[in-house]
Amino acid sequence: MLDNLHNVNIAIVAAPLIGALIAGLFGGAIGRVGAHTVAIIGVAIAFLLSLLMFNHVVVQDAGIVTHSVYTWLVSDGITFEVGFLVDKLSAMMMVVVTFVSLMVHIYTIGYMAHDEENWPEGSGAGRNSYQRFFSYISLFTFSMLMLVMANNFMQLFFGWEAVGLVSYLLIGFWLKRPTATYANLKAFLVNRVGDFGFLLGIAGVLMYFNTLDYAAVFNAAELHKDLTMSLWPGAEWSVMTVICILLFVGAMGKSAQVPLHVWLPDSMEGPTPISALIHAATMVTAGIFMVARMSPLFELSETALSFILIIGAITALFMGFLGIIQNDIKRVVAYSTLSQLGYMTVALGASAYAAGVFHLMTHAFFKALLFLAAGSVIIAMHHEQDMRRMGGLRKYMPITWITSLIGSLALIGTPGFAGFFSKDLIIEAVHASQLPGAGFAYVCVLLGVFVTAFYSFRMYFLVFHGKERFRDVHHGHGHHAVHEPHETPWVVTLPLIALAIPSVLAGGMYITEMGFGNFFGAAIQVLPQHDVLGQLAQNYHGAWGMVLHGFLTAPFWLALAGVVTAWLLYMKFTHVPALIQARLQIIYSILEQKYGFDRFNDWFFAGGSRGIGRLLWQWGDVRLIDGLLVNGSARTVGWLSSVVRHVQSGYLYHYAFAMILGLLLMLALFVIAG
Amino acid sequence: MFADLPLLSLVIWTPIIGGLLVLAAGSRNALEAKALALLVALITFLLSLPLFTSFDTATAAMQFTELHPWIAAWSINYHLGVDGISMPLILLTTFTTVLVVIAGWEVIKDKPAQYMASFLIMAGLMNGVFAALDAALFYVFWEAMLIPMFIVIGVWGGPRRIYATLKFFLYTFLGSVFMLVALIWMYLQSGSFAILDLHAMPLSLNAQILIFLAFLLAFAVKVPMWPVHTWLPDAHVEAPTGGSVILAAIMLKLGAYGFLRFSLPITPDASQQLDWLMIALSLIAVVYIGFVALVQQDMKKLIAYSSISHMGFVTLGMFIAWRIADNTGSMQGAGMGIQGAMVQMISHGFISGAMFLCVGVLYDRLHSREIGDYGGVAHTMPRFAGFMVLFAMANAGLPGTSGFVGEFMVILASFKANFWFAFLAATTLILGAAYTLWMVRRVVYGEVTSDKVAALQDINGREFLILGVLALMVLLLGLWPAPLLDVMRPTVEHLVQHMAVSKL
Repeated sequence: MLDNLHNVNIAIVAAPLIGALIAGLFGGAIGRVGAHTVAIIGVAIAFLLSLLMFNHVVVQDAGIVTHSVYTWLVSDGITFEVGFLVDKLSAMMMVVVTFVSLMVHIYTIGYMAHDEENWPEGSGAGRNSYQRFFSYISLFTFSMLMLVMANNFMQLFFGWEAVGLVSYLLIGFWLKRPTATYANLKAFLVNRVGDFGFLLGIAGVLMYFNTLDYAAVFNAAELHKDLTMSLWPGAEWSVMTVICILLFVGAMGKSAQVPLHVWLPDSMEGPTPISALIHAATMVTAGIFMVARMSPLFELSETALSFILIIGAITALFMGFLGIIQNDIKRVVAYSTLSQLGYMTVALGASAYAAGVFHLMTHAFFKALLFLAAGSVIIAMHHEQDMRRMGGLRKYMPITWITSLIGSLALIGTPGFAGFFSKDLIIEAVHASQLPGAGFAYVCVLLGVFVTAFYSFRMYFLVFHGKERFRDVHHGHGHHAVHEPHETPWVVTLPLIALAIPSVLAGGMYITEMGFGNFFGAAIQVLPQHDVLGQLAQNYHGAWGMVLHGFLTAPFWLALAGVVTAWLLYMKFTHVPALIQARLQIIYSILEQKYGFDRFNDWFFAGGSRGIGRLLWQWGDVRLIDGLLVNGSARTVGWLSSVVRHVQSGYLYHYAFAMILGLLLMLALFVIAG
Repeated sequence: MFADLPLLSLVIWTPIIGGLLVLAAGSRNALEAKALALLVALITFLLSLPLFTSFDTATAAMQFTELHPWIAAWSINYHLGVDGISMPLILLTTFTTVLVVIAGWEVIKDKPAQYMASFLIMAGLMNGVFAALDAALFYVFWEAMLIPMFIVIGVWGGPRRIYATLKFFLYTFLGSVFMLVALIWMYLQSGSFAILDLHAMPLSLNAQILIFLAFLLAFAVKVPMWPVHTWLPDAHVEAPTGGSVILAAIMLKLGAYGFLRFSLPITPDASQQLDWLMIALSLIAVVYIGFVALVQQDMKKLIAYSSISHMGFVTLGMFIAWRIADNTGSMQGAGMGIQGAMVQMISHGFISGAMFLCVGVLYDRLHSREIGDYGGVAHTMPRFAGFMVLFAMANAGLPGTSGFVGEFMVILASFKANFWFAFLAATTLILGAAYTLWMVRRVVYGEVTSDKVAALQDINGREFLILGVLALMVLLLGLWPAPLLDVMRPTVEHLVQHMAVSKL
């Protein structure tokens, strides 16, 4: 039985990988239909088998499945393995990842149907771009599964970087666009800054635990809690704090926490399906998953937890502000994702790992839904992304409209919808937390509720209600140029509906177990003094009770205020936003500059590095080393070369070969004579 | 059955004699000569395979040994043998030589037979360097191997080839002279040129330090380590593609091999005394050179600097052993550093070779190495672009490619020595990705920038074969490095034990 499950695990990762290889390497031969068929079959197999594992590990509660697949290498007595661990945490992640991925695969058939239009005439790279896209998203699914199913830090890092690679390839998918290749390079490099910390954290784990196997490390964690290390003379740091903060730096890169968030908004240059899959539902939540996975380590460092709490809180609120002023429909959703990742991070910092992962799950559904719905709108608008040129789409796109509304209601935390349960849980958990920084974080996440509701419904009203502004745009071309928007084909709307269902239901279904029960079992460990969810459980009286109580709490009224404000400003008094913008010019320009992060990074890091590089090259290599040391013997070189110039280079090799021949003869002679 | 053959002599002399035959054939028929060269390279590669398949992974002792007296008066022997450190490097040499012959097939129009012959002879001599167990024999191969390389750069090189060759010659020659002096001094003290005898030879600390410094001059130039690295970018830029491939894939490894074969075992106490110097130079290579690579406009120069930066990991991994002992109280982890260095050497052979071949593919078509002359290559050469992105990712150390394995191991090991060593070494994650992928962005991505780029032809079958084989090796070593590690384990463990024992 167990052996069979081991094979199931291997099949789960192999199926999308094989799909990716076939679609990628033989895309030209099998054509578009062949490519998307194999890719979808691969992911569908992974999804079904993930359900099987979920059933075994969670529903039947038949124990975790962990095994090694092969030994990657053995060095200095330490074995590095590729292996899987399916416990309740990874089982849930596997189902979410494969489900969203499957939906995105189907959706892509519609979204990329006319991809040839995005490539220059005769471009070789554009020839099989459709097949290549499917290959990439299947490869992504494989990488993400390797990440969540890992049973050791090495493989975690493998998956971690592999999803980064695919993200790089997909953000820059339309590689002729300078903005796309700027964005993918930026994404990769910023993520590498995070990985830099992450890798050092892993090195720290290896140094103190002498293994990279999760189980062995977590079992021994307690023994190491009082160890210290000296980073510089006189600074004794707790080993756990150093390791945890280093690991968290990795999470800050992948899960786009301030100040490493800068890559995510730009990643919207990629096609919308991957924004949904990679940059909303799955990859960006890898950091959240990782910290939850490492809960036995993070529990041992309150310093690290406080750090996480504060970083998350800043991200949750201040990235939300930026969502308010965006006009590009995808960027609104992107900033919303940043803000929601902040919420998850706050939960981790408050030791409410289960709440963070719970929000990860509900967010995966409703945010993938919102992105795919945005993509559906973009298709209908013929690749127009500016919301100022939309409006009134409700009657043309009923399915997109209703599913978007569901997604938005879930996002803002309307009682009863999935997002309500997970977000309320986070807010309550932070409220209960005693860690330094929890007070600040509480204010941030509470204010964030208003902001979330405001930008979400600003978007909703601008796109689906009000004047049909897309009719104004085309006046220059004559009115016949207006394409009547219409609902997108079933391959696009089916995933919207399929994602809308869990966006409503997944919260209420799992709040009791995931939020307050022991859903994750031993996968997540919390020390008694940090157990905020345990405290909250004492006042919990079922999902229904929570919904009813939800109408009486501050978050609900803040969300309602946000929706009403959005309605007033963008439906009722539509001239007011411009007035506000004019009056608050300073604040507006700060937000428009995105707090100046991009400018600073371009100037300081990008420009600074090039400056240092030029300095070291021109002054170090060229002037100092070559100029002084080497060409101090420059005259020697000049003299020698003048000698050599007399020897015609045509004959040079004759001389040289003669030399070798002589040398060899001598050698042979000695061997024989000896 | 193979173990009875003098395999090491065969992998040394087959390409040398074959090279001479190619030279002879070349004056009659170029195609015949090229076919013969390919045949010789393939035979040599096949002959080297039993070294791996019949290798005994349970012992640290020298294997496939051959011992014949050569110059009895000075007790110099024709003494060959390999262990887990040298055997993989011989395989890398024979493998790379096949690729270089194929890579030069249509490209070299001028004296193709002589070109091929140079590489065959060079391969034999480099195998000799790795297989020699007699210091005098080692030195002969070490010096002789440079001659074909001078010829390759001097005859088939670019416009400034004479300057580059001379710079290369002066650097390496000055370094080697000191090594020769050290070897002769040790011979006079011990009466033996056998390298294994020198390992066991007792030496005072002062003697060790002088010998260490003499070796350092010879080996640091070859690696090359900062600040004696400036010959390498010039040599690469002027060398023909094949020359760059061999230079990067094999020749740089000779210096690192020298540290493992000579410096660490013969002068362990001096290595311990001066490890701060080696670590500092290594980290400077990683960081300083990483920044310099960032601003290069010439693709070959960029990859050359990237090579120097990656070789910094090799020397770092070798010399952190005593710092680990100081910091943790045991040498555990030192082996990982040295093994990481070894893996990095092999991996760098594949990746840098592949990167130079990629530049060669572009250069053959457009006759420019300037990044600015390209842009949007993916539109006209999609298959090539796929390879280029793969090798660039490997160069940036992406897990799943061989480029990750060595860096990972060295970073893990150096963390045990000192947090800040690991910190500085790990900056390669950012810098390596920055300079490699920025180049990719400017060359491969974007709109087609010029009519010349628009007229580019995608890689042909021959180029596809070479890059494909390298891609397979890069992925294989990245996904399953265990066999390579198994081969070198006893040797490295033995070396670490040897290093831990003071000679004083």
